[in-house]
Amino acid sequence: MLADVLIILVKVVLALVWTLLLALFLTWVERKESAVMQDRIGANRASVFGLRLFGLFQPFADAIKMLFKEDFAPTFSQRALHWLAPTLSFFFVAVAMVAVPFGSPIRLFGRTVPLQVVDLNAAVLFVLAMLSLGIYGILVAGWASSNRFALIGSLRGAAQLVSYEVALGLSLVGLIMVFPSLSLAGIVEFQGGLLFGFLPKWGIFLQPLGFVVFFIAGLAETKRVPFDMPEGESEIIGFYTEYGGLKFGLFMFTDFLEVIVLSAMATTLFFGGWQVPWLGDGGFVFPWGGRAGMAPWAVTVLRVLSFNLKVLFFCWLQILTRWTYPRFRYDQIMDLGWKVLVPLGAVNVLATGLIFAWR
Amino acid sequence: MLKAWKVAKEIGRGSWITARHFFVNMTFHTLRLFGIKTKRRGAVTIQYPEVRKVLSPRHRSLHRIRPREDGKPSCVACMLCVTVCPSECLYVEAAEDPDPEVQKLPSKFVVDLNRCCFCGFCVEACPVDAIRMDTGEIRLAARSRSGLEVPLDKP
Repeated sequence: MLADVLIILVKVVLALVWTLLLALFLTWVERKESAVMQDRIGANRASVFGLRLFGLFQPFADAIKMLFKEDFAPTFSQRALHWLAPTLSFFFVAVAMVAVPFGSPIRLFGRTVPLQVVDLNAAVLFVLAMLSLGIYGILVAGWASSNRFALIGSLRGAAQLVSYEVALGLSLVGLIMVFPSLSLAGIVEFQGGLLFGFLPKWGIFLQPLGFVVFFIAGLAETKRVPFDMPEGESEIIGFYTEYGGLKFGLFMFTDFLEVIVLSAMATTLFFGGWQVPWLGDGGFVFPWGGRAGMAPWAVTVLRVLSFNLKVLFFCWLQILTRWTYPRFRYDQIMDLGWKVLVPLGAVNVLATGLIFAWR
Repeated sequence: MLKAWKVAKEIGRGSWITARHFFVNMTFHTLRLFGIKTKRRGAVTIQYPEVRKVLSPRHRSLHRIRPREDGKPSCVACMLCVTVCPSECLYVEAAEDPDPEVQKLPSKFVVDLNRCCFCGFCVEACPVDAIRMDTGEIRLAARSRSGLEVPLDKP
């Protein structure tokens, strides 16, 4: 009993540390990647005793700056809600990482430990629910600020997130029809199989259209630039107009956490999670007849590495998207959500059903 | 349908361009990190305080008074620069020169960089080519206004 509690605690801490560290360094990746894309160098001056390391200390410098800023709340704001809003939006996104499997279960001191904080049997729904609850952070922030622009931003954000929630859910319906379970561990396990004898049975091969809809809707859920209705830096500054210092930092951090959660979900649902193509528990079994045995620990390391690489790739892709496309107008966002993504999701569900009926 | 295809094509082209920039620049950055000389650099950035861009010879920077062979300023305090200056930033006080060949010399020659607009009219107006703007000094900052009132007669 005590051992179970201890294991869960360690896993919670590890998952949280992994997520927060990745989010911290995503701020660095974002700066550097945008710089390299635009033929610049990017932040490289932060140093510890003259050691610069490509500006890798920049996130810590930013964090220290945020920490030592004045914790300011305008007198006209509603204090309790003003404090609650960043916490809410941070919490609901961070808690979504609970359901993500980082690797295949490992044997430790005679017990099987899944590399996942909790194996929820409705994990897909849980993550979707947590992402929807993230709206409350924005709404409460806009309301508590008692500022018109903040309220406009938060209402636009709520409208956007609610509409894209529909497309996001619809894009996963086809996936749920294909996969035998709603638990993320089960889904990843299922994706270890082979399609036509050689293709890994990943969600992207089973549901290509579903992935496109999922990824675009997910991008909108992260509310970063092409879909940055709640912020609108060029017009209304957005729902965190009245926030500064660490509270503002939490909102920014939440954005990066959402990027990570979306990457982790895309990886888990559509790109096989921790699965490496053709890697079984005993080593590689290639479809053309080859075979390469591997030690169990090597397999585990390879799988965790594979999960991390996939997540990093999607983070990279999202930052590329953020620095490539100009932002949508409000009506364009609504058009894309309701007139393109929702019908596409419905078509995907229909096509999946037809294929099932035909088989 | 055709429009959707065109939009999708443009979206793809956009990320193709940025991704190409990313990977090409990353390649050059990585090669240079490992000490391999490449013709191109990964970035166009000039890292300013350490690396300086070469200024154009026509660039107008901080003023200076060209000295004579004996080290004294070659200015004859004719006040032409003061007259022509559109921002009224020059302040010249004339004094008698001990040398009988030269009538006057400036006992005080101050340029107020708070006001100077670096038009270079003073350089054009000078009949003896005494004032020039070719020091190449572009870091003109001071903690107070008086710090920007630069005396030019003292070397």
